Amino acid sequence: MEVPRNSGTAERLYRSMYLIRRVEEEIIRLYPSDKIKSPVHLSIGQEAVSAAVCDHLERSDYVFGTYRGHALYLAKGGDLPRMMAELYGKAHGAARGKAGSMHLVDVDVGMMGTSAIVATGISNAVGAALALKMRRSTAIVVCFFGEGAVDEGSFHESINFASLKRLPIVFVCENNFYAIYSHVKDRLAGPGLVERARSYGVTAERIEDGDALACHAAVGSAIEAVRRGEGPRFLECMTYRWRDHVGPGEDRQYHYRPEAELDLKIRNDNLAALGRLLPSDLKQLIEAEEEARIAAAIDWAEKGEFPAASEIRNHVFAD
Amino acid sequence: MSLRTESERELTYAEAVFEATRSEMRRDPNVFVMGQGVDDPRGMFGTTLGLHQEFGAERNFDVPLAEDAMTGIGIGAALLGMRPIQVHQRMDFVLLCMNQLVNMAAKMSYMFSGAHRVPLVVRAIIGRSWGQGAQHSQAFHSYFMHVPGLRVVAPTTPHDAKGCLTTAIRDDNPVLMIEHRMLHGVRGVVPEESYEVPYGRARVLSKGDDVTLVGISHMALECVRAKHLLSDVGIEAEVIDPVSLSPLDVDTIAASVERTGRLVVVDTGWLSCGASAEILARVFEHLDGRRAFVGRRMGYLPTPCPTTKVLENLYYPTARSIAETAYGLVRGKGAAEWQPPHADSLEVAEFRGPF
Repeated sequence: MEVPRNSGTAERLYRSMYLIRRVEEEIIRLYPSDKIKSPVHLSIGQEAVSAAVCDHLERSDYVFGTYRGHALYLAKGGDLPRMMAELYGKAHGAARGKAGSMHLVDVDVGMMGTSAIVATGISNAVGAALALKMRRSTAIVVCFFGEGAVDEGSFHESINFASLKRLPIVFVCENNFYAIYSHVKDRLAGPGLVERARSYGVTAERIEDGDALACHAAVGSAIEAVRRGEGPRFLECMTYRWRDHVGPGEDRQYHYRPEAELDLKIRNDNLAALGRLLPSDLKQLIEAEEEARIAAAIDWAEKGEFPAASEIRNHVFAD
Repeated sequence: MSLRTESERELTYAEAVFEATRSEMRRDPNVFVMGQGVDDPRGMFGTTLGLHQEFGAERNFDVPLAEDAMTGIGIGAALLGMRPIQVHQRMDFVLLCMNQLVNMAAKMSYMFSGAHRVPLVVRAIIGRSWGQGAQHSQAFHSYFMHVPGLRVVAPTTPHDAKGCLTTAIRDDNPVLMIEHRMLHGVRGVVPEESYEVPYGRARVLSKGDDVTLVGISHMALECVRAKHLLSDVGIEAEVIDPVSLSPLDVDTIAASVERTGRLVVVDTGWLSCGASAEILARVFEHLDGRRAFVGRRMGYLPTPCPTTKVLENLYYPTARSIAETAYGLVRGKGAAEWQPPHADSLEVAEFRGPF
């Protein structure tokens, strides 16, 4: 990795990825206390994709994500204290304690929410892009999903329509190889994900894992093309999940993936590599600032009230 | 179904649906129509005919044969404040939309505590007659009545079709509107101006003290015919059209049953876990023992729908079978046998195919 010319990018990405990593490490630390009574799907190891993509987005752009959504929520600028309060099930959480980790939302920053059913958010994202086009808006939509979602028919129906109507949307496929413990090679026929996207007339690119700045550069040109009205783009971003599919723990005991594969990814940590590019005093400053934010957010979540019983009937319908 | 004065105008049900759609599209630029065939030369039985000529291809467009994603795309557009109307020419196809409607549309407001709203209308047409068979005739309204966060309306008259659709389009919530194919050609008085028919208000189509007949969608017409048959033998039936199934106006139905002590719920659907079971149970709970009553459910036979006319005729409730059932409830065991005369359902008898 070369020292970036624009150290501002490295600094911003490091800050974003560090925040994601450390928030999730805090979730791991807190989880045994049973204060977070909701499944968590951690993004540790996958931080670079959300950070790199969202660095190119405006607040007015929209993102749709999945139940593995902490990284996206934070990278898009979602409110950290409200996220922690949501995990705690508190009344001042992002969705008043009715969403939990799997359904984070912050519409003020264009974080449109996440779905716990694989691929179901993709068509919603395409619909948002349709609305933007009908309104002649300059904003764009970015839709995040795992490679498992490409197994689903809904993905194919959705990308076909997006291409047909030349909608302003970037499909970001985070390929971490595993749908729970099922390897992509056991699920995928044909020449691969990128070729699938191309078969719908969508310009598609695979971005190899390992370098947040390279990912950032490749994503940037795709997003610019979408902003120019050139229709949708598909990015297959290779990445890797360090932790178990669900829960705070490791999953070495299940032996579904080679330990050497996992160890290599951990040794080649994107976050640590990016950190080495920064002057150490700057790095320390960023870390101290983010640590203070995290501590304050946890404190706020801890102190908050649980929702009143009456909350259970609120919002079944929009008023 | 109502008496017409000189100044009143009659439309068919299909024309009433068209008029509601067009007037809401004129009123609000966010309203648009999407669905397989909505802009074709048949225009969804006339209900969307030529809308793209007035409003442009962007606001009345054909879609790929991809019900799942198309539903999700409608939801996504609705999240940004658009007001899509999606049309399915057979309700059977709506099963392919089930995941998006139940797991996404119905959950968005609640799961995100009001951060999102989904102003989406899904029009689903129930097929019948001319041998529609097992996969072009089904009615799944009860599946959706089961789900909090969805509204389900099933208007019977042209008046209510226009008003219910207008209400649905203006609503910030997902609404399923059930249209029975046999109703599209039925004529009735429809005001020219826009109006809303509120949710959760049943319509008493005719008064009577001996037995309460609740007819869902097309079955409300058959109940009115049954009422005429019954009056020939001195039985006065009250006929109620629920109009809105979720929310359901239990008060009106229960008040009627409190008077008559007899209830027949006739559904255009199967009985098991169906709308008729729900209505009967809700009336039972509502009356809470204050008034004992006898009740019956009627609907499709517990089989898939057969195609040949001779079997199809056995599959659906008719004015005659409804009248017989009500007669049995009123006169009780040991009453003289009564065979009501055949009462033609013109909209069924005169229907010509293919669709």
